[in-house]
Amino acid sequence: MTASDRFRADSGRRHRRERTFRRLALSATWFGVVMLGILIVGILKDGVGQLSLDFLDNFPSRKPEQAGFKAAIWGSVWAVSFTGVFSVPLGIGAAIYLEEYAHKGRLVRILELLIANLAGVPSILYGMLGLIAFVRMFGLETTTILGIEVPFGRSVLAGSATLTLLILPVIIIASREALRAVPDSLRQAAYGIGATRWQCVRHHVLPAAIPGMLTGVVLALSRALGETAPLIMIGALTYVAFVPETPYDLFTAMPIQIFNWASRPQLEFHHLAATGCIVLLVVLLGMNGLAVWLRNRAESRKA
Amino acid sequence: MTMVDAGERMGQAGQAERSATVPDRGATSTLESDAGGRPVTDARPGAAPADTPPGPADTVLATRDVVISYSGAPAVRHVDIDVQRGDVTAIIGPSGCGKSTLLRCFNRMNDFIEGAGVTGQVLFEGIDIHASDIDPVELRRRIGMVFQRPNPFPKTIYDNVAWGPRMGGYSGDMDELVERSLVDAALWEEVKDKLKQPGHSLSGGQQQRLCIARALAMSPEVLLMDEPCSALDPIATGRIEELIESLRGRYSVVIVTHNMQQASRISDTTVFMYQGELIEVGPTARIFTNPEKQQTEDYVTGRFG
Repeated sequence: MTASDRFRADSGRRHRRERTFRRLALSATWFGVVMLGILIVGILKDGVGQLSLDFLDNFPSRKPEQAGFKAAIWGSVWAVSFTGVFSVPLGIGAAIYLEEYAHKGRLVRILELLIANLAGVPSILYGMLGLIAFVRMFGLETTTILGIEVPFGRSVLAGSATLTLLILPVIIIASREALRAVPDSLRQAAYGIGATRWQCVRHHVLPAAIPGMLTGVVLALSRALGETAPLIMIGALTYVAFVPETPYDLFTAMPIQIFNWASRPQLEFHHLAATGCIVLLVVLLGMNGLAVWLRNRAESRKA
Repeated sequence: MTMVDAGERMGQAGQAERSATVPDRGATSTLESDAGGRPVTDARPGAAPADTPPGPADTVLATRDVVISYSGAPAVRHVDIDVQRGDVTAIIGPSGCGKSTLLRCFNRMNDFIEGAGVTGQVLFEGIDIHASDIDPVELRRRIGMVFQRPNPFPKTIYDNVAWGPRMGGYSGDMDELVERSLVDAALWEEVKDKLKQPGHSLSGGQQQRLCIARALAMSPEVLLMDEPCSALDPIATGRIEELIESLRGRYSVVIVTHNMQQASRISDTTVFMYQGELIEVGPTARIFTNPEKQQTEDYVTGRFG
């Protein structure tokens, strides 16, 4: 009997296992897609009937047929815009420090661990933090510091600051990945002719990393857009019959309005909640699409 | 062991740190101030610490008992060499012998490697480059570097050359500087009509000459080359070698190479390293025809490595 004959002749079992595993992996993939499909169909069935320009342009009302989503849409736009303004420089700045400047010593490893853990903290805790640190500012008397009114109260500003804390770890981690993807040869080239770290980062590393960073930023902001718990915690209102005009105004947000409608007894309001979900989903899918587009554009440019 | 870290932090601290230069270190501050002053041949009395054995008068770079380690494990051990001004010095040796590590130490590129540490002295113009008042950024302007793989910036050919001088605050005529650097790098005739095209559009050999032009634009005194031809074909390699010949005398070139024929063709002095140690230094002709050490002979005759 030669060595060649010692291999198992019947390979049927191997192939059956192969097919089984392939089917399992395939169904795992489809599970998520099917669930999303069921969700979308359910929401569309309940909600698409009320979808109209009036729905987008009306303030909330006690009468379901007059109730609209305007305050929630604009509240979300304000909150997420300010969240972007706060979180992008902070997150990218921290990522640049950790990747480009810091010596990878024990302190940095501890920082990395803390940031990774922050990304996993339940959002309700951020709401609690926001309530204490931004809404009340530890019981500070109302006053003005550097032209900014403090404490923030239940304002857009307090909401944005809270959401910023929530998504900061996500932005830092994504931005670091993007920086790490920049080839070291580029840095060596710059340092080798006497560039400072900042000159190298500003002119070579950042331009190469920004598309990847933007992808992370957009995904983090879409998470902020969908967050409800921390905003309820800091006391964003559920009945707001106006659009915020300054960062100090009270506000509501899309998920809060949806939660409010869904928790009422009348069936008509449940349908409105579904309609609100449609709007929220469209915005979220739009933002995710933007992220994919940014990534693809960056990849095609590199090639 | 922590000299590199300390020096790097000092460098980053910038002007404030350097303005605190102690008086007897005065001479070293020329490393920041005499921008564009190439070549610096004036003696610098008192610049080197008294316990340093003085090298020959025209030594541009020297190492004194240099040990370079990564996370405590030495990669280069007790190396003493003197690099003569205007010469082409080749460092040869088998893979992993520490020749690239030694080269990167001359312009403190090892500062960027976590855990890398240097003991002993590396002297540039008689000044210890790891002294706390040395700005590594200015040091790297005066000691240029060309890497193993061509790494032009994703910018135009013009900007590849002009970026460094611009960042260094060059005040002369930029067009003139770019042209002169490209001429010196033997690339001008090939690219003069397409300066606005991306550097990546050039062939590998042209890209490497662009990187050399980029380094020359900083008016360096020394050019470090880390196996500059290892990613190139023989024809492109030949052109780089011709270019190095043309730089002899005007710049001091230190080149690390795997290719012994290349070292024998282009260098004045050859340094042979093996397993982190300096085995032999001498005039290239002697190293290749009549080496003193058996290990050198075995290596240059191809018996190992």
